[in-house]
Amino acid sequence: MRVVWSLLLVGVLALIAFFGAQAGGQALFGIVLPYLAMAVFLVGVAARVVGWARSTVPFRIPTTCGQERSLPWIKPASLDNPSTGLGAAARVLLEVFTFRSLFRNNRSELREGGRFTFSADKWLWAAALAFHYSFLVVFLRHYRFFAEPVPAVVAWIQGLDGFFQVGLPVVYVSDIVLVAALGYLLWRRLADARLRYISLHADYFPLALILGVALSGVLLRYFSKADIVAVKELAIGLVSFHPAVPKGIDPLVFVHIFLVSVLLTYFPFSKLVHMAGVFLSPTRNLANNNRMHRHVNPWNPPIVGHTYAEWEQEFHDKLVASGIPLDKE
Amino acid sequence: MPEKKRDELVQIDYTPPQRDWMDPAIDFEARKGTWSYPAAAKNLRYLGLPNPRDWSPTDADWQLPENWQQIIHDGLAERLTKFRSLKLFLDVCVRCGACADKCHFYLGSGDPKNMPVLRAELLRSVYRNDFTTAGKILGRVAGARPLTPAILKEWYYYFYQCTECRRCSVFCPYGIDTAEITMLARELLNLVGLNINWVIEPVANCDRTGNHLGIQPHTFKDNIEFLVDELEEVTGIRVDPSIDRKGAELLFVVPSADYFAEPGIYTFMGYLLLLHSLGVDYTLSAYASEGGNFGLFTSNEMMKRLNYKIYHEARRLGVKWILGGECGHMWRVINQYMDTMNGPADFLEAPVSPITGTAFTNAASTKMVHICEFTADLIKHGKLKLDPSRNDHLRVTFHDSCNPARAMGILEEPRYILKSVVNNFFEMPENTIREQTFCCGGGAGLGNDENMEMRLRGGLPRANAVRFVHEKHGVNRLACICAIDRAVLTTLMEYWVPEVDVSGVHELLANALVIEGEKARTTDLRGKPLAGGKGDADA
Repeated sequence: MRVVWSLLLVGVLALIAFFGAQAGGQALFGIVLPYLAMAVFLVGVAARVVGWARSTVPFRIPTTCGQERSLPWIKPASLDNPSTGLGAAARVLLEVFTFRSLFRNNRSELREGGRFTFSADKWLWAAALAFHYSFLVVFLRHYRFFAEPVPAVVAWIQGLDGFFQVGLPVVYVSDIVLVAALGYLLWRRLADARLRYISLHADYFPLALILGVALSGVLLRYFSKADIVAVKELAIGLVSFHPAVPKGIDPLVFVHIFLVSVLLTYFPFSKLVHMAGVFLSPTRNLANNNRMHRHVNPWNPPIVGHTYAEWEQEFHDKLVASGIPLDKE
Repeated sequence: MPEKKRDELVQIDYTPPQRDWMDPAIDFEARKGTWSYPAAAKNLRYLGLPNPRDWSPTDADWQLPENWQQIIHDGLAERLTKFRSLKLFLDVCVRCGACADKCHFYLGSGDPKNMPVLRAELLRSVYRNDFTTAGKILGRVAGARPLTPAILKEWYYYFYQCTECRRCSVFCPYGIDTAEITMLARELLNLVGLNINWVIEPVANCDRTGNHLGIQPHTFKDNIEFLVDELEEVTGIRVDPSIDRKGAELLFVVPSADYFAEPGIYTFMGYLLLLHSLGVDYTLSAYASEGGNFGLFTSNEMMKRLNYKIYHEARRLGVKWILGGECGHMWRVINQYMDTMNGPADFLEAPVSPITGTAFTNAASTKMVHICEFTADLIKHGKLKLDPSRNDHLRVTFHDSCNPARAMGILEEPRYILKSVVNNFFEMPENTIREQTFCCGGGAGLGNDENMEMRLRGGLPRANAVRFVHEKHGVNRLACICAIDRAVLTTLMEYWVPEVDVSGVHELLANALVIEGEKARTTDLRGKPLAGGKGDADA
């Protein structure tokens, strides 16, 4: 099974970092690879976006999901069928922030006697939203390692995230949600025969990898009692371009950092580029106003159809016989 | 009708096969009834398309050009730079599966390669192999496959088993549109001579005679005269449409099926009666006698070539603007492609209704107005005298045709007309109408007889929803604004819900339209007696 390979691969990556760091590879895992990974990520994602941007958009092809703007007394669906650029921008932003299309999801089932039923199915939407937002919060929280003093916003997020004040150290809601959502997304790929059938290594690996990142982080925070001061020294060294590995850093920290480095490196070559791609989707980011404003195709081929003159010539006698007026009589 | 009985056809197994989807195997012989015949060589020759020959998908050797792999590779490379949609859609899919059970062909067949995600993967896997770093290095582990004859055959099977209805695109978090994937995959297939006759013959006909059905100008005129007679029979009104008349205010373009066969002809009669009753100054064209455009199902170049005629003719005749009839994919072309391809239409005027004075600002550039927009405006302004009781023998529901719904958004206009002209109107369930509407199963050139089993399977979700309102509300008429629907849904209903007939919106409008000087109506346009023997209730 494909999922086993992905989990194994992530396990092996973790072990490499764990033992590699202890065998004197601290600078490699703590400095060299993170820098490389960040460079690959930035250059790679930029290259992907530029690649898409260089492809032309010959036609305005929004998928319209509501009433067009037509007669003044008919209310148009300004978000789902935008007639302005502003409406299209709002459509994309709401897609990005609330996953509106996934929210529409429903489940079709064939019942006895060949009848279909349709029921709302929000689980994928809920899990996807939970995963992305908790990952974002966790990501933002990590700024406390990279900035001194810790910015107020980060502290605020951290406070909100630990609102329930459970455990010591305080348990972050985002950690629980992140691991649970990842677990659900992985489980659903395995439990649903249809999804299992379509899932590739490229679907399991990112899930396993991010799960590895999350679990190593959880271990570090709640169980290993890593030396936070040393970790922060390492982090600040990295962002200030004066990298140095302080003594006494738990090998698990290198596992965490290495898995993040792998994620960053993998990102531009994988389906994860949907993060940037979603903004460029021509079925979502264009207004349905083609009949109002002409859209120009930069490579519009110079094609001329079968002209009237040619047609009249071919059917001349029949046109005359049936009394249809000719162009030149 | 296929050999399979209804009960047998609904035994659908959704369990995916053991075999990995990456290993293709299509047995065309065993799957007869689910694919379309290839294009006849004469049609390809006429159009100047590559590799004309006589062949069958059941042949072992498809007689491809020697360098077919290179042709497809180069064709894909070219389209990746020309179409951002293609490149993006091939890159960003996360296989979340939200699209899976949204496809009518998947729901009706259980074939996992009809899940939009897998349909796209058929092409995506080859794209990965040829164009992505991961695919080049890791091959199959990265989901990449080199293009083989078996994969090409699979493309032929599945890309001519998608009706480009865009329903999956509504649910995709990135808006990935399988219609776009299919359209471009078909362009690639066309490069090596893999096309279906039910698309290519109408294209060749349309290019030569002016319409898909190959109706020549004298027959065009005869057909229309016949329908004028029929209309007079029912209404006592003799309408007098002109053909190729210079200086008319409007050019009126309709799908050719509307002046060719039942039930479309009743819709056509409806248009003529409406325009006549208001004295609209319009002309039909024997040269631009097709609103539809099967070029859409062939390639963007072919779409442009066929669409060229409409503006060309409008300019020649010197009309002010263009009115378009009820047709689905025609309106995708007009709404999303025409102006870009063959515009700017600066020789026309921004459309204004000659009856109400309403400016159709939404068509200010393309200068082409949908007849439902035109008619809804008339009704709103009280310009039509309507007696909906003349439709009391009908209990009506409305099928949103795919393209008007998801490539335009004309949802309220036809409903407004229907609610004004019938007393008994019922909506189908919400997951099956408007932007979530289900395809008839025969769009995009698949409405042919040899593909009948797949049509009936693909049309099952739509038929199901019709059956639901038939049983619940006694619905016996399925209205729509698409010529392909009128043909395909008629067959679909005969098979799944035989109590329901299909018609256009303007047929029902004409039933209800009260005109000065008409005779007392005892039947509808089809010659069926009106309810309760009433005819001229308050005329």
